[in-house]
Amino acid sequence: MSPHGNPEAPASGAAEINREAPKASPAPEQSAPAEHHDRSAWGLWEVFVRSSRGLSHVHAGSLHAPDAAMALRNARDLYTRRNEGVSIWVVPADAIAASDPDSKGSFFESPQGKDYRHATYYTKSEGVKHL
Amino acid sequence: MSTPDTTTGHGDISTGVAGGDSNASATRITPGNALRPEDIALEVKTGLAKPTEDVAEYALRIGDDALILAQRLGHWISRAPELEEDIALGNIALDQLGHARSFLTYAGGAMTNDDGSAKSEDDLAYFRREHEFRSVQLFEQPNGDFAATIARQFVVSYYQFELYRRLTESTDATLAAIAAKAVKEVDYHRDHNAQWVLRLAGGTDESRKRMIHGLRTMWPYVAELFRDDELTQRLAEAGAAVAPSSLREDFDRLTGEVLAEAELEVPDVPAAPGGGREGRHSEHLGYLLAEMQVLAREHPGASW
Repeated sequence: MSPHGNPEAPASGAAEINREAPKASPAPEQSAPAEHHDRSAWGLWEVFVRSSRGLSHVHAGSLHAPDAAMALRNARDLYTRRNEGVSIWVVPADAIAASDPDSKGSFFESPQGKDYRHATYYTKSEGVKHL
Repeated sequence: MSTPDTTTGHGDISTGVAGGDSNASATRITPGNALRPEDIALEVKTGLAKPTEDVAEYALRIGDDALILAQRLGHWISRAPELEEDIALGNIALDQLGHARSFLTYAGGAMTNDDGSAKSEDDLAYFRREHEFRSVQLFEQPNGDFAATIARQFVVSYYQFELYRRLTESTDATLAAIAAKAVKEVDYHRDHNAQWVLRLAGGTDESRKRMIHGLRTMWPYVAELFRDDELTQRLAEAGAAVAPSSLREDFDRLTGEVLAEAELEVPDVPAAPGGGREGRHSEHLGYLLAEMQVLAREHPGASW
């Protein structure tokens, strides 16, 4: 799972940490009259949780919140209910620049076949120690 | 898990399900090793923990507070303004239910059924009548709108934090252990609540109006929280509990800070007569109990 994935489609690995994550469906732009409750008023946030033995924060899912302080608290309530974490990051979803899923070929397939970029491609020279 | 401390009677009981933090790993999530109601039930059953009659009556009071509040907050599930808040209120309700289970289980250790067995948490929750409940009237007040619930929760969380913080020093080891677990949870309830008081008060004209109305609705029931009586006097002298009146100063100061930041005033409203600790309740509790108890009474002994 990569934090650089499309924020609108959280990687499936997150499901293991969190079985109750709401589907990360961004609120549709509504043109409802102002006096109606405007659900899109609460922004979408991406949540990253670091587990007690983990070194890095891992994308857990997303949520809606009016601001960063509430996003942190909502993340605590939604994504750490079962003792999953000791640290949380929240990031506005629109602050994440994501790679385009349609450009997979040009973006991610180029390294294929370039064995020489891996150490195993090379044979160890005779007499080299500690390699 | 730290070295078991058998003198307190809590460390030597297996945490059962997952064995606590000793089994934790990078990939496996455990429930942790905090004190659970089941641990207290086991201690009560084996005689490791037995409350005095005074302590049992006291545990019943604060257990009833938490139980009634859990039932009230649980009503928000699927009804909160947003999914995220739905779960936040549900979490708080479950925390309260956990405290209620612990306190009532412990209280039951000094109370017996007709057949001579100790009363269980379920006996106490489901098979007592309205006048036998010892919760103060604030906890049974209706949810109202979201702001009214936040107002009730504002008073509750700041009161419970001061109470549990001091109860961690109780000479009664079980009360102290329950409070030590509860105070961390209630600390978060406080934080969550203060966030909402600030936002509702500083939001729109409508949200501010509702926040003020909510506080005025709940404030008459504040005084009852801090009333001393003979039981709390005796327990305070014994060091097992604290006099409710002694919490008032810190409560006023800390709630006052939040209200000041939210540019709200402490509501100037007359106090309600109260009487919840003697079993005198407002008109709302009967309906709440009817809903809470109906299933257990209709099908005694049923499990699901």
